[in-house]
Amino acid sequence: MSEPKTTVLLDPTGERSPATRERVARLDTLAGKTVGLLDISKPRGDLFLDTVEARLRDRGAEVLRFKKPTFTKPAPVDLRHEIATQCDAVIEALAD
Amino acid sequence: MPDPLRPPLPDGIVAVVKRDCPTCALVAPVLVALAGQVKLTVFAQDDPSFPEGVDSVDDTNLDVSWHHGIEAVPTLLRVEGGVEVERALGWHRGDWEQLTGVSGLGENLPDWRPGCGSLSVDPDRAGDLAVRFGGSKLRSRRVEFAPLEDEFDAMVQRGWSDGLPLVPPTEKRVMAMLAGTTRSPDEVVAVVPPDLVPCSVEKVAINAVAAGCLPEYLPVVLAAVEAACTDEFNIHGLLATTMPTAPVVIVNGPIRRAIGMNSGKNVFGQGNRANSSIGRALQLIVRNVGGGRPGEVDRATFGNPGKLSFCFAEDEEGSPWQPLSVDLGAQPGVNTVTLFPGEGPRSIVDQLSRVPESLARSFAVNLRTLHHPKLLLAFDCLLAIGPEHARIFAEAGWDKAQLVARLHELLQIPGREFIRGAGGIAEGLPEHLADATLPKFKPDGILIVHCGGGAGLFSTMIGGWVGGEIGSQPVLREIGI
Repeated sequence: MSEPKTTVLLDPTGERSPATRERVARLDTLAGKTVGLLDISKPRGDLFLDTVEARLRDRGAEVLRFKKPTFTKPAPVDLRHEIATQCDAVIEALAD
Repeated sequence: MPDPLRPPLPDGIVAVVKRDCPTCALVAPVLVALAGQVKLTVFAQDDPSFPEGVDSVDDTNLDVSWHHGIEAVPTLLRVEGGVEVERALGWHRGDWEQLTGVSGLGENLPDWRPGCGSLSVDPDRAGDLAVRFGGSKLRSRRVEFAPLEDEFDAMVQRGWSDGLPLVPPTEKRVMAMLAGTTRSPDEVVAVVPPDLVPCSVEKVAINAVAAGCLPEYLPVVLAAVEAACTDEFNIHGLLATTMPTAPVVIVNGPIRRAIGMNSGKNVFGQGNRANSSIGRALQLIVRNVGGGRPGEVDRATFGNPGKLSFCFAEDEEGSPWQPLSVDLGAQPGVNTVTLFPGEGPRSIVDQLSRVPESLARSFAVNLRTLHHPKLLLAFDCLLAIGPEHARIFAEAGWDKAQLVARLHELLQIPGREFIRGAGGIAEGLPEHLADATLPKFKPDGILIVHCGGGAGLFSTMIGGWVGGEIGSQPVLREIGI
């Protein structure tokens, strides 16, 4: 009896092994920290973020507001860079 | 760079033959005669005892034939210093005499006989030979399944499948698939969202094999991948949306017939390999290469069955109008794919209209309902007009532009009908638009394609997704080779 054969296939995937990325440490306080609020341009996202902004300011946080050009596409690289360099934390608002 | 595995040719005259070829049998006495007069080496592809009277070299593994590009037998070569300097195909007395420098060859034979195909280019063997001799040009990771593992189950378990079994992408099948294009396997076709992974021709071919494509479909799949991954089409957003929309692939041009696509009966249904597998290949590439899987980045609330494959051809021959591709700027007769971000098809039945105005009104009242009758200007539509409906417009002399213009006129909606709360329905546009009149579709938001079976006074509408620059726009791409 012949030896059973293995099957060798070509991998159809992107063959990515995503690099593990360490999470940034959780903020111990909001006082004095800068929190970015990202509006994804869905209707009424601004109403939600206005409320979040008021709550954050009550707790002593600085708040910066950002907005994606359209909710249907990923945030532009420049916008992501801006948020990453200016903020200690970011909150992204989904809304409808 | 010379291939180090390429077997050298001996100097002198080289003949490549097979016993199974009548022309080779015919010239066997010529080879016997030549062996006595020149330095002759005969390579036999199927039987080293052929021809009798000549000590042939066994090339049944086709090593020499494959590496030296033998396409027909008999092939006669003249080799000097290891380099081929002259070649003759089949039997042609004049060519053979010139190449060998020997006159009076085969005087009792006809002057000329064509040869047969070389075994090294036999379609049944070409894939194996390319894998065996070609040196692998393929860079993808090899995934080995154990002998007792069922590869069909294993592929599904690995997450490569849309839920249906896949054709196992062996190297042999992928090499055969790559014969469907002139593009290099390592050429990057597109960067595929959502993971933004550069996707090579090879990866497209692997997924095309898995989807069940034939090699001749590959150029269509390549063009569809290119179109999907443009910023205009925005496959990332289309994938991520909660709406039930996905790429709809429409094929125009002579390639539709060449690869046997369906544009007629049951055009959006099952049963045609090209229609079913081309759309499926695109979806598998988004899934496997781009990493876009349902429940993950694909957040569709319902989805639609077309997310397995929604691909069809336009019935250009039966259409009274120019094809969709020409509407979108392509030259007539050019092979194209058009991608439309569409939901599932919805039927429009009108079996009584016999004049264009009545039928246009039927279309309009149906089109108004796409996604919601009170939502305007947000979505494009693809209107697939069946042959029996198209004939009503054609017989009255309406061209496509006239129909589209009339549809826009009929789809001007007064604010009192669409504002929030109108009709007792909260959904709608803001109240401040109450005095406005707005169109259902933007000026370029109605696309028309002609397809479907010859019997049935029906058409079909396919609603779009968020249209225009902020969402997804129909994208046309020429199909290369």
